[in-house]
Amino acid sequence: MKRILFAALVLAAAVPALVTGVVAADGQPGPRVSSGPHPITLDVPAEVTNREIVDDVKRVRNYADQPPLIPHAIRDYQIDLNINKCLTCHDRRNTEGSQAPMVSVTHFQDRDGQTLGTVSPRRYFCTQCHVPQTDAKPIVGNRFRDFDAVLGAGPAKEGAK
Amino acid sequence: MLLSRRDYLKAQAAAAAAAAAGVSLPASATNLLTGEGAKLNWSKAPCRFCGTGCSVMVGVKDGAVVATHGDVKSEVNRGLNCVKGYFLSKIMYGEDRLTTPLLRMTNGTFDKEGEFTPITWDQAFDIMAEKWKEALKKKGPTSVGMFGSGQWTIYEGYAASKFMKAGLRSNNLDPNARHCMASAVMGFMRTFGMDEPMGCYDDMENADAFVLWGSNMAEMHPILWTRITDRRLSHPGCKVAVLSTFEHRSFDLADIGMVFTPGSDLAILNYIANHIIQSGKVDKEFVAKHCTFKRGRDDIGYGLRPEHPLEKKAKNADKATESDPISFEEFAAFVAPYTLDKAHELSGVPKNRLEALAALYADPTVKVMSLWTMGFNQHVRGVWANNLVYNIHLLTGKISQPGNGPFSLTGQPSACGTAREVGTFSHRLPADMVVTNPEHRRHAEEIWKLPPGTIPEKPGFHAVLQDRMLKDGKLNAYWVQCTNNMQTAPNTAKETFPGYRNPENFIVVSDPYPTVTALAADLILPTAMWVEKEGGYGNAERRTQLWRQLVNAPGGARSDLWQIVEFSKRFKVEEVWPDELLAKKPELRGKTLYEVLYRNGQVDRFPLSDCAPDYENFEAKQFGFYLQKGLFEEYATFGRGHGHDLADFDRYHSERGLRWPVVNGQETKWRYREGTDPYVKPGEGVRFYGNKDGRANIFALPYEPPAEAPDAEYPFWLSTGRVIEHWHSGSMTLRVPELRKAVPNAVVFMHPDDAKNLNVRRGQEVRVTSRRGEVRVRVETRGRNKPPRGLVFVPFFDHTVLINKVTLDATDPISKQTDFKKCAVKITPVSA
Repeated sequence: MKRILFAALVLAAAVPALVTGVVAADGQPGPRVSSGPHPITLDVPAEVTNREIVDDVKRVRNYADQPPLIPHAIRDYQIDLNINKCLTCHDRRNTEGSQAPMVSVTHFQDRDGQTLGTVSPRRYFCTQCHVPQTDAKPIVGNRFRDFDAVLGAGPAKEGAK
Repeated sequence: MLLSRRDYLKAQAAAAAAAAAGVSLPASATNLLTGEGAKLNWSKAPCRFCGTGCSVMVGVKDGAVVATHGDVKSEVNRGLNCVKGYFLSKIMYGEDRLTTPLLRMTNGTFDKEGEFTPITWDQAFDIMAEKWKEALKKKGPTSVGMFGSGQWTIYEGYAASKFMKAGLRSNNLDPNARHCMASAVMGFMRTFGMDEPMGCYDDMENADAFVLWGSNMAEMHPILWTRITDRRLSHPGCKVAVLSTFEHRSFDLADIGMVFTPGSDLAILNYIANHIIQSGKVDKEFVAKHCTFKRGRDDIGYGLRPEHPLEKKAKNADKATESDPISFEEFAAFVAPYTLDKAHELSGVPKNRLEALAALYADPTVKVMSLWTMGFNQHVRGVWANNLVYNIHLLTGKISQPGNGPFSLTGQPSACGTAREVGTFSHRLPADMVVTNPEHRRHAEEIWKLPPGTIPEKPGFHAVLQDRMLKDGKLNAYWVQCTNNMQTAPNTAKETFPGYRNPENFIVVSDPYPTVTALAADLILPTAMWVEKEGGYGNAERRTQLWRQLVNAPGGARSDLWQIVEFSKRFKVEEVWPDELLAKKPELRGKTLYEVLYRNGQVDRFPLSDCAPDYENFEAKQFGFYLQKGLFEEYATFGRGHGHDLADFDRYHSERGLRWPVVNGQETKWRYREGTDPYVKPGEGVRFYGNKDGRANIFALPYEPPAEAPDAEYPFWLSTGRVIEHWHSGSMTLRVPELRKAVPNAVVFMHPDDAKNLNVRRGQEVRVTSRRGEVRVRVETRGRNKPPRGLVFVPFFDHTVLINKVTLDATDPISKQTDFKKCAVKITPVSA
């Protein structure tokens, strides 16, 4: 009941639920879809700019192979032919000084799985996999459950919610 | 609640102490699970997103996907994924998954203005059949249509093609790949007479230089970019050149970065051809043996509505595809005016950089790989741009060799496998055949065991034309699957939306989620996605990959394949074919389209017992035979022995894909060259066998300006595109909380000086307005994209910033593909 009420409020708020217009009530056959004025016909205001999350707190990964999220600001970080700013803290050689996590051992492997003495060039551009987060609200919830939750071995993890 | 670090450590210590003291604890409190309980079922599947075609391993536990990671056995990605790929596990679990058909109703009956109301699948097919039959009766087969996808599985595209082109006898079937790869297709057909790249991704480990033409691979083909980065940073002397209309992340690896004026890539390409000729670097033997020269028509218009002044003015709008043979000397004279000065003037690129670029191509010792996607394809002269880059590789003979070759990157995961190879375009049939060729139609009818004359000869409505015809009331029963065209088509508010809400039309949208396209429909069908069904995709390097159904779809969601095949049961052949056609094959009388198309003794020849015992297969169980295998094997007969050979269905389930043609069990890496392509006979060396004379065409084509350019009233260029975190319209990736939080909304990227002149600041809300529509969006002056002055870039993933209300529905006149990269806008602050 509480959820239905919440969803109604979201609908009333109109943005960004315009597109989804969801009532995800348990036991119902499915979400209720907005039949109201189509978003394309409306003058939709831009959403507020979200703040970057820079608390340096590690987030639980959804599964072992998920690339960790970046919990700090990376604006103006240079990663190009001249320099990789991320490695100045996260490279093996630099972690004692920085106390940052060392890049994963997988990152030292070349295409054929051979371990190199340095980070593999194929892993050079960090932001292809690792991204910072903002405090933006999810557009709808996500029912993904991690291994432990599915197994019933523990409470449902929130992931990075 | 967030536990502090100290609280957390205390709790952990207590648990450890309890364990040490022999206090019994629930299983959940032990921190290491062992034995069977710890195991996941891992299976392979291609990634759901881009055309790269990475293989991922999908971990399933108790009927749910709980993990995914890059497949180490895959040649494409060798264990890597991009950030989107790493979050595939979560795309199916958005809380608003649709689980039942929804029809707009008032008081229990269909009402175009009614509320979306849950109905059964039976009721959904009832109303669809009624509307389809009504349209067919009133106006014939051209009044029904379907819009599909380069994200459809091979089976889905093939089933849809049969259903539309043979069953309903309408060629009004087009995929969203029209917006994406049509110019590449026509470029290949015009130059080589055969679609898809001659080379493959292995070129990336062999090239000395890479040239990106308008492509931002760092974000759009990130895993291929890892391969290029690997090569650039580890192969001495390797160079990367990047050309774009604005600076982006791929420039971070560039030795030669070039920002050019929109549309002037045509002039740069002709300059390079001219430079190669002038500097005596033409591979004369190669050209003499393997090439012919042609001059194409110029002044071909912009694919706008015929009454548009630009179309009326264009002298060759109706002859865009024609050409005349010319000599090498005539070609040389044609490109001679494209001097360094002229290329510099038109493009704005510094001369020394243009020269450095031309030198990469001209130097016979440098192996060059050219790469492009939407910068070339979404271009009012996209086919020309494709032709012109082939010119350069042909003039120098740098083609079909490891590390040497033009490579057309693909946008979607199965634009090649489904849209192109299966032939779901409005003019195409499987294996590069076309509906306009009587022999091709006859061949398809033979394979499909249908009477001659079943397939109509006139091409159907292409994507942009479908929207226009819906608006004009000529296309009346319309089914959209696996794409979000209300967000991604051009000029949507003026040309797309009116057709969906036109009272004469009935619009059906199949999707897993309530997209803006679904919200504009009359009937929404809930769709099973990705590993909720068996599927097959074909990637950019001709690699076909199949996967199993790994989990069940939620509630009443059904795959697009099931939807098409089940709906075909609603038509008796007499209801959709004229009597004279049926008279040619009277044994079909009284049958349903399901029986004619899928229960035809071929598609249904593999029993359920052929299905993999360890996997679910919903569709096979529903229809009582191995539907996917039957469709695949019937489809494969089109290409076997004709240069498009596919391996046996079962083999693909034990391989990480194979690159066609697969002959004698061997895949083909480099086509058209003796030794690597079994279709080239000993002694031939090179043979471009797509053309009957075995030669590739070098085209003389000029620079022509875009359809719309900035002026006093609309002073900025607008370009649109993607960001790495989101796939297309964001209907999947925005539902993954981590990806949403990484890039929550579209912004308008602009030059800081432009912002200053407009008196707006970073983060401020502005209107981006064209002659067609406007959106409200926030300004970004310091982001990953750095436009030059006078150009802005807005990504299209965000359903709250429908930027395609602003874009122009101008297309390449040959390919009918929209130019989403060039139109004129003005920017005004939203007054606070």
